[in-house]
Amino acid sequence: MAELNEQTVLEMHRTMCRIRYFEEAASAKYKAGELPGFIHLSIGQEACAAGVCATLAATDYITSTHRGHGHCLAKGGDAKRMMAELFAKQAGYSQGRGGSMHIADVSVGMLGANGIVGQSMPLGVGAALTAQVKGSGAVAVAFFGEGASGAGVAHEAMNMASLWRLPLVFFCESNRYAELSPYETHVPVANVADRAPAYDMPGVTIDGGDALAVYETVTEAVARARAGLGPSLIEGKTYRWHGHYEGDPEVYKPDGETEAEKKGDPILRLEALLKDRFGVAEAVLTTAHADEQAAIANAVTFAELAPDPTPDGLMTNVYVEMDGA
Amino acid sequence: MAKLKYYQAFNRALREEMARDEDVIVMGEDVGESGGIFAQTRGLYGQFGAMRVRDTPIAENGFVSAAVGAAMTGLRPVVEIGFEDFLTCCMDPLVNQAAKLRYMLGGQVSVPLTVYTFGSGGVNAGPQHSQSLGAWFAQVPGLKVVTPSTPRDVLGLFKSAIRDDNPVLCLFAKRLIGSSGEVPEDGEDFTLPIGRSEVRRSGSDITLVGVSTMVRAALSAADSLSEENGIEAEVIDVMSLSPLDSDTIISSVKRTGRLCIVHEAHAPCGIGAEIIARVSEQAHGVLKSPPLRITPPFAPSPFAPVLEKAYLPNAARIADEIRALMDCPLT
Repeated sequence: MAELNEQTVLEMHRTMCRIRYFEEAASAKYKAGELPGFIHLSIGQEACAAGVCATLAATDYITSTHRGHGHCLAKGGDAKRMMAELFAKQAGYSQGRGGSMHIADVSVGMLGANGIVGQSMPLGVGAALTAQVKGSGAVAVAFFGEGASGAGVAHEAMNMASLWRLPLVFFCESNRYAELSPYETHVPVANVADRAPAYDMPGVTIDGGDALAVYETVTEAVARARAGLGPSLIEGKTYRWHGHYEGDPEVYKPDGETEAEKKGDPILRLEALLKDRFGVAEAVLTTAHADEQAAIANAVTFAELAPDPTPDGLMTNVYVEMDGA
Repeated sequence: MAKLKYYQAFNRALREEMARDEDVIVMGEDVGESGGIFAQTRGLYGQFGAMRVRDTPIAENGFVSAAVGAAMTGLRPVVEIGFEDFLTCCMDPLVNQAAKLRYMLGGQVSVPLTVYTFGSGGVNAGPQHSQSLGAWFAQVPGLKVVTPSTPRDVLGLFKSAIRDDNPVLCLFAKRLIGSSGEVPEDGEDFTLPIGRSEVRRSGSDITLVGVSTMVRAALSAADSLSEENGIEAEVIDVMSLSPLDSDTIISSVKRTGRLCIVHEAHAPCGIGAEIIARVSEQAHGVLKSPPLRITPPFAPSPFAPVLEKAYLPNAARIADEIRALMDCPLT
């Protein structure tokens, strides 16, 4: 079990800052018309990505959703290559073939954001199955949202994971809205994690804006998974500050809701805790912000200057070339 | 050469590949201790154990997606979908995940997944258990699709599919499960290349292309055409729907000047249509008569034996349609 010390919490804080600056930059560039396609941002949800991934080793796996930038950064993905992918450049993680919705760095165990809601869960089952069959000791975390919890594969995945006692943690970022509709439209129970007993697995609902609560709860679930005791379901209640996609007019949100939520900014909450509980100096936090902001500015410059992919690569990576086939 | 039934060749292929590579696992409904509905996985559970021979819940979407996740992370899963019709229950993991992950992750992963299933009609299984849907998947870049029709081809193509680093869909035929044929001796590591068709019978008058079960019907029709009308059909077993080996077909059509395709799948946008398109594109002008497709009518597969018999193409119908095409008296 990863030990909770000041260094771990400071790392989580840096991760959250990195995610925030990355996505604020992406939002600005999208508004400026520099990013093609569409993007989904997780601003306000940073404590979930940072808290979960701080419990994992590079050899552990995560599977992610369409809102996956934070997960990739928290798992150790390179902001430059991520930003280059958002800019549809050859230097991006997917050489401009995938974009924001398929952001991935498999070398650090981030198996990909995914454009099909719910599929992160059975894909995570598969990663955990590999760990179990190979006896590698790795665990997997499948991120999903409360909207995905209504998909058939959510049930199928949790059922299989429990039957097979897989080393897996299902982490629900319950961010109040699934696409353009509130929680109540999609989920009849008060908490997604209330369904865990149906799968004979532990289920707990926590404050997803509290990075330490996320870290501590997931640490326990990961230890359980690694010990061969099977999967867990954790729901972090959080809030999506932006719309479903950038450009979403958010007509479905009550007036003042986002502003009220911003008062509980998970980064500010963690900073208060760092100061109160660990006696961290303001200057340390200021430096973290400055470093991460500069790193993201560099990533944007890198992405802007990177060359476009060329049409002669249209057939690249469609198939693995097989000898003699 | 040894003699095996179609399902025994399947069992041997899987057994050999599981013994050869410990990353190969098999999963699906009833593949474990029960040995499968057609006895196709019999003995594997005892030999390789529950970790590698895994019964799944009845949840095709979930367990195919899980197999994709496992394939991305180092296993080589072989997944059973009992009936080809149930591929509709796992379209997303096949089409959106397995086929595209390598591409959309910029080559960071490969997906060495084999999904096999049992299609075809002819066993009175009704509209939801008789379909041949291979052409759908031949439209998806990233997937390969094979349709072995003999025990030898089952052995060779299934083994190649399992070794392939790409997702491969193996479409076996229920109707052929109990059919026998020659295969290389036990102990011989026999594989066949995916994406190659084979000429099953030489002929100079018409190129007759069969898919899966319809290869036998085509061969039988060719015999009667030869005996009764002196028409010599060259019969080609297409074997792979994707990649499609049009070279073998086109070079035959250039010699025969006539083309007929027979399959159990429906005609619109099917493999027959694709073959005719490629012949038109690459051998325009060589056809001496219009190309011919022989398929079931555009209706679901009926349950009643008398109706299904009328529904499916057979040797007599193939021979008659070719006689009509070539202005011969009908029998």
